[in-house]
Amino acid sequence: MTLEVDEKLNLNNLLTDLQSYRPRRKGWTWRSRPGTRELGPFTYNQVSEPLKQSCPLPAAKYFNSIDPQPDCVITTEIASGRFEDDIRRMRMAAWHGADHIMVIRTAGQSHFDGLIEGTPEGVGGVPITRKQLRATRKALDWIEDEVGRPINFHSYVSGVAGPEVAVLLAEEGVNGAHQDPQYNVLYRNVNMHRSFVDAAVAKQIMAAAGMAQIDGAHNANATAREAWKVMPELMVQHAINCQYSIMVGMPKDKICLSTVPPTSPPAPCISLDLPYAVALRQLFEGFRFRAQMNTKYMESCTREVTVTHVLNALLSRLTSADIQSTITPDEGRNVPWHYNNIHGVNTAKQALLGLDGLLNMVSLNFDGELGVKVRELKERACLFMEEIIAAGGYFSAVSQSFFVDSGMYPERNGDGIARQINGGVGVGTIVPRDIDYMAPVCDHFGYNALPAGVTKACELIGDCTLCSPDKIVWIDELDKEDNVHCRMAEQEVGRRQGLLQPEVQWHGDGIVCMTMFLPAAERVAEFAAKSIGERMGFEDVEVIHKQIMHPAEGTLVEVKGRIPFAINPAELVIPPVAETLTEDAIRQYVVDHKFKIVAATVGEDEHSVGLREILDIKHGGIERFGIECHYLGTSVPVEKLADAAIELGADAVLASTVISHADIHRLNMRRLHQYCQERGIRDKLIVVCGGTQVTNELAVAEGMDAGFGRGTKGVHVASLLVKRHKELGSDNNEHV
Amino acid sequence: MQRQDDFPERRVQLAALSDAELKERFWQLTEQVVQPLVELARTYTSPSVERSVLLRMGFSSIQAKEIIDKCVEKGMLGKGAGHAVWRLAQLENIAYLEAGRHLAQGAGWDRLQEFWQMGGE
Repeated sequence: MTLEVDEKLNLNNLLTDLQSYRPRRKGWTWRSRPGTRELGPFTYNQVSEPLKQSCPLPAAKYFNSIDPQPDCVITTEIASGRFEDDIRRMRMAAWHGADHIMVIRTAGQSHFDGLIEGTPEGVGGVPITRKQLRATRKALDWIEDEVGRPINFHSYVSGVAGPEVAVLLAEEGVNGAHQDPQYNVLYRNVNMHRSFVDAAVAKQIMAAAGMAQIDGAHNANATAREAWKVMPELMVQHAINCQYSIMVGMPKDKICLSTVPPTSPPAPCISLDLPYAVALRQLFEGFRFRAQMNTKYMESCTREVTVTHVLNALLSRLTSADIQSTITPDEGRNVPWHYNNIHGVNTAKQALLGLDGLLNMVSLNFDGELGVKVRELKERACLFMEEIIAAGGYFSAVSQSFFVDSGMYPERNGDGIARQINGGVGVGTIVPRDIDYMAPVCDHFGYNALPAGVTKACELIGDCTLCSPDKIVWIDELDKEDNVHCRMAEQEVGRRQGLLQPEVQWHGDGIVCMTMFLPAAERVAEFAAKSIGERMGFEDVEVIHKQIMHPAEGTLVEVKGRIPFAINPAELVIPPVAETLTEDAIRQYVVDHKFKIVAATVGEDEHSVGLREILDIKHGGIERFGIECHYLGTSVPVEKLADAAIELGADAVLASTVISHADIHRLNMRRLHQYCQERGIRDKLIVVCGGTQVTNELAVAEGMDAGFGRGTKGVHVASLLVKRHKELGSDNNEHV
Repeated sequence: MQRQDDFPERRVQLAALSDAELKERFWQLTEQVVQPLVELARTYTSPSVERSVLLRMGFSSIQAKEIIDKCVEKGMLGKGAGHAVWRLAQLENIAYLEAGRHLAQGAGWDRLQEFWQMGGE
């Protein structure tokens, strides 16, 4: 299946014959050929293979539209609760540079003692099921062909069904997963014995499928009251999961530490986070690093989140990152991750590219504070590990609340998480393997008394599902109502009619976000904003962000609400895009007609760059077509511009008006038009105007022949001038 | 537990170690902590571990749950659920998937119990 750039991903095609779809590869893929590369006018030091098709950063248009891809894998986390909506987000994220797609699991799945089947709707994430995984992997296979880069699909192997989930993920070609028995113990209160027994089996299955593993240590950072003090413990948690994974048989280069810079501004974060990042990379040399963003301090301000993210990326470039994670504050705003996912991916891409080759120019100074702190953190971690042994081992240490204590070890504040050895979910469910214990399947960890002469475990049953995928049992749906087919049927009429609604969470949810400033104190502003949303016709209005600009002078408020209608695109009046003439045709016309223009930035406006771009030959401006240009400069009164046109016998005037405060740009255009009328030249003269807030419709409404906004090039203006000149019948070379 | 930061006293024993030695010590200690955990996992099993075996044998998640629930009830998880299925197939001379279906329905467990009580011969 080839995805067409101008067509939406077809869900019906995706679901057709899904039961026989097989993943075309297994295992994790790092970005290809990382290193030095020439792209456009630049040399990069830390980039990988470019994409076949992509959406570059907005400023790329100034640099030949290049879209360099950093050397590390970039993650996006997706959590709409419906896989059919997830996959559209994945496609968008892939086009912006994400190649690690992490689907968040529905709330509560980690305590679900078994697998879920079908496609029920999730809460805060999607139920991970065979059908959801297979459909998603199939969609990602299409998407990776479209962008020309392998995409890693990722989920979770945690909770009380870890080994089963690991088999499911391995069978369905999932490429990476979180797996850390400590996570279950500390944050999900799964019994510690059960968690470690399950984890070993799960890890071996993951290892055999070539999956990358990400640990769960970052959760201590998000949970501890004073996260920057848990640094020694974080290293201990990383080490336990790393060592356990290695002893189970996972290769070092598939074991990724999930590491989070522990602080965020206004803390002096680099001075605290950098020693930790360095200590970690020294102590865990050979393992891989997933640089997770710091989300503990993120609330609802997207700007604040972006700055924190950039500082996190700076740390990645000052040290290293194999996977750069991204996340958005949308969870804190009660808005499921959506377009802000794309902003997150772009923040990572932009920051990493901006910091490309940083360590070729600066180096870390280990002689001072950095070296001392790095050493101290490693010693503290070492002492922590010693005390675990002294306390009687890991289980005993957990029961004595060693972990997630807010003290900087060896300091103890007595607020750690304590779990009972004989407690928690799944307590008492593990049993010793008998002397004749046997499991006739491949990649099974632990004691296995296979009959004598058996060399491959699954030969007893004529292959297991890992060797013969055709043995996998397909269950389509178990719930007759809560499934993708019912959800699609509900949307069918709207889809067929092509009706359009904004969306944030799901297709057709009608949700919009709106930003406003209110000159009122916080609480008044909050309720006023809600009322404004309701009076605008929004339903279910909620405030998702508020920020005091001044206690009395005003508050910024963002709201979300649902609009109860849809737009039919067929009924829209959309002006056609002006046709651009070929450069040769323009050039020939200008040769034949000796075209002359006068240009200026009008009013009290000192902006010159935009107009120079349109005029100058070196910027591809209209001079290069042979048009004679007379540039009068900036802050030129409209009268002077028109008078100059008369004096020089110009065919056209080009006015630039950038400032739009109090609608001055509209006023300038109107005044220019009126003055030309007063001088009796308007019907012979082409008058066009450009500026960042100018549109063709607006300019025409103010009497201009045409208007040009952002993104205009010389060729667009020249095309209009030639066409308009022809229409005016100026072939006789009659100038004003 | 509450304790003041006594790092300066505790670190004395580590102070003389080079960075490489400190790293080596850290990983030696880690291995010491982890070793018993791995041994536990090597010698124990769980309902989820056994369901994962049945999945790999080609049973559905629904069948796997039914078989394991009964296997736990009969106290035979320590034999391995896959073993139980395979063994019943051997004893009854039937396909193992069919044996699994029997066990899921509650049949065949007595036969297995009898077999293992006889010493598994």
